[in-house]
Amino acid sequence: MNATVALIAAGGVLFACGTVLLLARPLTRILLGAVLLGNGVNLLVLATSGRSGKAPLLSPGTDPAAVSDPFPQAMALTAIVITLALTAFLLAMAYRSWQLTGSDDVQDDVEDIRVALRAEHEGTRAELRTVIRADRARQARAEDSEDLDDELWDNVLGADR
Amino acid sequence: MQTVGGSGHGRYPAQWVILAYAGRAGPPCRPGGGSVRRVLALIAAHFVLAACATPLVRWLGRRAFLVLALAPAATTVWAFTQWAAVADGAVRTEQWRWAPALDLSIALRLDALGLLLTVLAGGVGALVLVYCTGYFGDDEPGLANFAGTLTAFAGAMLGLVLADDLILLYVFWELTTVFSFLLIGHLSVKKANRRSALQALLVTTVGGLAMLVGLLMLGQAADTYRISVLVAHPPPSGGTAVPVALLLVLAGALSKSAIWPFSLWLPGAMAAPTPVSAYLHAAAMVKGGIYLVARFSPAFAAVAPWRGVTLTLGAATMLLGGWRALRETDLKRILAYGTVSQLGFLTALVGAGSRYTALAGATMLLTHALFKAPLFLVVGIVDHATGSRDIRRLAGLARAMPVVCGTACLAGASMAGLPPFLGFAAKEASFAALWAGGTADRLTLYATVAGSALTTAYTLRFLYGAFGPATSPDLPRATAHGGRTKAALWAPTALLALAGLVLGPGVGLLAPLMERYAAAFPSRGTAYHLALWHGTGLPLILSEIAWAAGAALFVVRNHLVRWGKRLALPSAEAAFAQILWQTERFALQLTGSIQRGSLPVYLGTALLVFSGAEAAALFTDRPWAWGGSPHLWDDAGQIAVAAAVAAAGVLCLPTRQRMKAVVLAGTTGYGTGVLFVLQGAPDLALTQFTVETTSIVVFVLVLRRLPHRFPPTATAWRRALHAALGVTTGTLAAGLTYLAVAARRHPAAGAAMVAETAHDGLKNVVATILVDLRAWDTMGESAVLAVAAVGVTSLVYLRRRAGALPRAQEDGSTAGVWASEVRAGPRAAPERTWLAAGDTLDPDRRSVVFEVVARLVFHPILVLSLYLLFCAENLPGGGFTAGLVAGLALVVRYLAGGRYELAEAAPVDAGFLLGTGLMISVGTGLGGLVLGSDVLDSAVFHTRLPLFGEVHVPSSVLFDFGVYLLVLGVVLDVLRSLGAKIDQQIEREEARRKA
Repeated sequence: MNATVALIAAGGVLFACGTVLLLARPLTRILLGAVLLGNGVNLLVLATSGRSGKAPLLSPGTDPAAVSDPFPQAMALTAIVITLALTAFLLAMAYRSWQLTGSDDVQDDVEDIRVALRAEHEGTRAELRTVIRADRARQARAEDSEDLDDELWDNVLGADR
Repeated sequence: MQTVGGSGHGRYPAQWVILAYAGRAGPPCRPGGGSVRRVLALIAAHFVLAACATPLVRWLGRRAFLVLALAPAATTVWAFTQWAAVADGAVRTEQWRWAPALDLSIALRLDALGLLLTVLAGGVGALVLVYCTGYFGDDEPGLANFAGTLTAFAGAMLGLVLADDLILLYVFWELTTVFSFLLIGHLSVKKANRRSALQALLVTTVGGLAMLVGLLMLGQAADTYRISVLVAHPPPSGGTAVPVALLLVLAGALSKSAIWPFSLWLPGAMAAPTPVSAYLHAAAMVKGGIYLVARFSPAFAAVAPWRGVTLTLGAATMLLGGWRALRETDLKRILAYGTVSQLGFLTALVGAGSRYTALAGATMLLTHALFKAPLFLVVGIVDHATGSRDIRRLAGLARAMPVVCGTACLAGASMAGLPPFLGFAAKEASFAALWAGGTADRLTLYATVAGSALTTAYTLRFLYGAFGPATSPDLPRATAHGGRTKAALWAPTALLALAGLVLGPGVGLLAPLMERYAAAFPSRGTAYHLALWHGTGLPLILSEIAWAAGAALFVVRNHLVRWGKRLALPSAEAAFAQILWQTERFALQLTGSIQRGSLPVYLGTALLVFSGAEAAALFTDRPWAWGGSPHLWDDAGQIAVAAAVAAAGVLCLPTRQRMKAVVLAGTTGYGTGVLFVLQGAPDLALTQFTVETTSIVVFVLVLRRLPHRFPPTATAWRRALHAALGVTTGTLAAGLTYLAVAARRHPAAGAAMVAETAHDGLKNVVATILVDLRAWDTMGESAVLAVAAVGVTSLVYLRRRAGALPRAQEDGSTAGVWASEVRAGPRAAPERTWLAAGDTLDPDRRSVVFEVVARLVFHPILVLSLYLLFCAENLPGGGFTAGLVAGLALVVRYLAGGRYELAEAAPVDAGFLLGTGLMISVGTGLGGLVLGSDVLDSAVFHTRLPLFGEVHVPSSVLFDFGVYLLVLGVVLDVLRSLGAKIDQQIEREEARRKA
């Protein structure tokens, strides 16, 4: 059995466009990518039923052999509805992201960046540690003494040179 | 409780073997023998008491230890009652098949070796718990946790030595490791304690994991996980599997028993409170590894790596540990290295694999516990009385604490192997047995004699250091303060030490049990019987040499310390820390280089891997050979629509305006729907059209708030890279689909479904599949819809609960919804309202035509949706589609009349619809369980109604009705959140800006 090339090609193009959009930063684009990808995949699933046929509705007089394969249709149907749920949810996310940051771009993961930074500065960790310890010791001293306010002001204004 | 009668030597009774095989084979053969499961109850009692430790300690304070000691004490008493029978050859077995289908059972077995270890774990455990009442104060931090963990450890140790199943053994093994970790880290505020605990945990679990692999390999090779059967019928040792398995098992055993190169954790574990050191790290847990070697030796001592590893590493550990013990100045660490040394000795003895080394090993096992535990307990008393464990500082304790000193001397004499102590008998037996063996045994003997000399030396150093004068004039002297030693402290200590003295002459009492264990080994050379005095033979001469050499070493001890320090290798501690840090650094660098935090990079990597793997598979399999001539298109309409869809998709890519991109994406959606129609899938097409329409409305509702244009896109080469990735994956997806269909040789499953549907007299095949064959999926996906709707609500309604929308009269608001910023002069409102809440809209935003249309179509659409719902069996439709159509009616009302109109159209809480819908679907599904035979089984109700005549309602319609309500709820939820709520937020912002 051979699938219809026209359907496959349309599905493939939608799949490719969806992939490109998924790789973008704005959440709206990613969502449009998911929508295109969903349409493309549904077309590909439907294409597995081969040539077009009559609707699988068995009204009297319908030849059961002439109807199109109902199985891929049943598979694709719920996917369509789920795409709607996905759309609504991602749009709500985009809206929330816009409320918080003023854009709907997907930012880099902060924790991952921190890990990468730790790996980069791993060689100098001994020096960094001494610096941090000295800093902490200074803070501890500051807390003991009366100069706490001074220290805080130094943080704000910078220390005297 | 099943008793299998005693019989000959060397082999387990035949009945037992058969029973064990039958138990393995399948149906339950012995339902517990119809008697009480006493051993299981004893083990469980430990854990129950451990769980009760917190209330007990709160109620009784430190005296709670006396209650907790009941469990190990009862175990010991029970073990003594079995002593005679087990020594006579009887074997007690119990099993509880808790997962017969997986062939998992809790199988327990008490034989001579198990009994020995049970007495050891139970007896020393009970005494140490009693000792704890004197050792701790009521105000000790974390006392309840400590008490519970120690008791649970006793239970785990008991399970470990009685387990007759490899997996069960492993479980108890790791339990002891975990409890040991918790006990070492008892005072976790100290960094040193945390470090020691972690070190012990890492070393023993790494070994334990290796052992697990080894045990699984052994179990597979022997086709049984029953230890007794495995030992009685070991798998053939040809090939590499069994030797490798044995090496792995030995890695676990040796790491548990702190044999070199795994020794480092045991001295570190001395951070634990002294009772823990006495119990876990001298008497019980570290014997776990020895126990395992002793358990497997009868079967595997003859297999290649076993004797080599145990003898070499055992002897080396004995020498290294003893040598190191001469350098330490902390009493506990002297004993710790002494323990390492003795564990090496024991490993060599039980691994040697002849009858008399096994006899000596088993005796030495008991002896070691009887002298090392009291010595640790003595250290605890000294530490309590003086506040120091440093031998350079302790002074005058012999006079201050004569009883304690005497106890320590008794235990020390047994450790040095002086007659008439049990230590002497055990050492004589060891020397004799090793002398009777081959070259390897003889070499081990020489090492052992040297090790004994070291033992004598560090025993003297320990006793002299603790009870002699202070040796360092520079350090402050530590002397005893406080009153008499508490009875709870010295009584258990003295009892253990005295046992070592009494059992020396009374070694004959032990002999039957020890010989019963040793009988599993082949006999070599002349028979040897356990006795205190064998006359002046070679063993006695060797002992005398060891004593003399030990005394000499003690005399020159100060020089030895200098040499020892000079010869010392870099400490294992530093090496361990280095390994840990290197591992962490490697992990950091690997993670840092792979995980850059960018979503596009992750996705691109995943796509690249997917494409690469698929392409590689394609080029190896070359499936295109199967394809016949391609079928390009069905008709001209199809090719035109397909081209339009593809073009709209491509145009979507460079678009900078959000709304334009949404419209183009929507075009592909509608085009896809048309393709569905042409292909002969009206259900899909109907759903697609309704979904697409709803999506566009939702998009518009949100996009009105977002910037009109996308931010500037990435660099050109990145765009090219994305395009290349897209083209590759798209081509692959399409190509794979085509090839998969071309490769299909069997007729499609759909034909059978069509026939089945026709057989049932139904008409719409797809709808039938959805509520019948895919009913589970449909239900699951309805739940996903509900979850997504809840997610939308919670993202928009951040703080408040979202109930039903407020009505206009509740809010008292008029004519302000969607007010435009610039009002172009006053305009008259339409005179007649077509909608219930039409006059709440800003007059500029009202459209009479739209209001009229909304008024006219609302009810027909609702009726249409119900028609689609109830006629789903015969026409395109179904719960999803019908729900969406009903939702569109709400959309129309909202768009025409604003949020108060929506509240008038649907005066219910969206959450109520969601919940009711989900409940109806699930309820119908469960009803199938009651009415039919399975969940979601469908049934048909027949009834006669006055007007309609004969009516039959299949339960699937009710199921679909649930889906309908749910989808309607989803649409209402989305309108409420992304429509009405955002409206309100916009209005508030406007009001704030004006104010």
